[in-house]
Amino acid sequence: MRVAEGKVDPVHQFTIESLFGTDHWAIGGYNIAFTNSALWMAITTVVLLVFVAGGSKRELVPGRWQMAVEGLTGFVDNLLMANIGKAGRKYLPYVFSLFAFILFANMLGLMPLALIGLHPFTATSHFTVTGVLAIMSFAIVLGVGFAKHGFHFFSLFVPHGTPVPMIPIIFPIELISFMVRPFSLGLRLFVAMMAGHVLLEVLSGFVISGTNAGPGIFFLAAVPSFLLMIGICALELLVAGIQAYVFALLTCVYLNDAENLH
Amino acid sequence: MPQIEQLAATYASQVFWLLVFFGIIFFVIGRGMVPKVMATMDDRDKQIADDLAAAEAARAAADAEEEAWRVQANAQRAKAQALIAAAKLDAAKATEATLAVASARIDETLTAAETRIEAARVAALGEVEGVAAEAAQDIASRIAGLTIPADEAQAAVKGVLAHG
Repeated sequence: MRVAEGKVDPVHQFTIESLFGTDHWAIGGYNIAFTNSALWMAITTVVLLVFVAGGSKRELVPGRWQMAVEGLTGFVDNLLMANIGKAGRKYLPYVFSLFAFILFANMLGLMPLALIGLHPFTATSHFTVTGVLAIMSFAIVLGVGFAKHGFHFFSLFVPHGTPVPMIPIIFPIELISFMVRPFSLGLRLFVAMMAGHVLLEVLSGFVISGTNAGPGIFFLAAVPSFLLMIGICALELLVAGIQAYVFALLTCVYLNDAENLH
Repeated sequence: MPQIEQLAATYASQVFWLLVFFGIIFFVIGRGMVPKVMATMDDRDKQIADDLAAAEAARAAADAEEEAWRVQANAQRAKAQALIAAAKLDAAKATEATLAVASARIDETLTAAETRIEAARVAALGEVEGVAAEAAQDIASRIAGLTIPADEAQAAVKGVLAHG
């Protein structure tokens, strides 16, 4: 946290820094330094690996851990079943990876690890990350749609029962709303994560400044801000789950368009 | 906002490492572990469904067995009732025959007895006449001094007896 003249910079937490002197790493001229963002993606991966591996004991009567893992996979499976139907099972690895990665990245970014000197970094608060995930989902939708229906896939842009004279107007509207999907998908997650973290940072700035400014301001500004922070932390945990769910749900809805075409 | 300020410098690293780690998650967890977890869940669901089906089948079999047992019991009961009815009928017939024989014998004895009684009565009546005639002769000879022949006395007694 950069504290210049007693002020807290609320967006400093999103700064990407190269770690372990890898800032000169490059492939084909593209810099691929191992950054704090990459580190937290790696931590997300490891935590997720440990979590799922711990629940893969394949016992007939599941223990608590296995129950938790089965609850998570069953949740994504139900999501696919409800939105796509039986054909949704084949997307389970992708949608599960998507949901679990976003959920764990969001949650890890909220962990109060600064208390022990670590600085959590929320990889999903960068649109370079959420954008890639959104483009992947969109590319899969396009690929499945065209592979399964060929050029008939374009009938997706003409809803059922559209009167013929309306088609020239409806088609571009539907096409635009379809093309906007990856942007809305990626930006929604990025904005939700960033807004929550900025809000928490701004409020913590109030707490620090208010505490330094004397007892009057402390009780007037710092204490209410701190109480608000507690509430918003709980809200952010909810948002972390909801945004992961929304991302997975919308991916399912779009996949359903590609799979079943209306 | 670092997301935009650092975009040009960091986008390649961000995309690269995301693809690396998301790839690990997708291939190792998504394709490696999740299908196993789902298979475990499906196996469990299948086993529960199979057990339930087996229990249901066992129940149906027990019901069928009970039904068969009831049908058999009913048939046997009906057969027993028929046997009892036949035995009752036979017994009734035998009783009837015995009764008829006994009744015939009793009737015969009765008739013979009645005949004997009648004969005895007639004989007794005849003797009464004789005794009365003798008594009349005796009375007449003692009181009137008349000697009445036996035939006359007898006729007189008969007439008195007849008149009653």
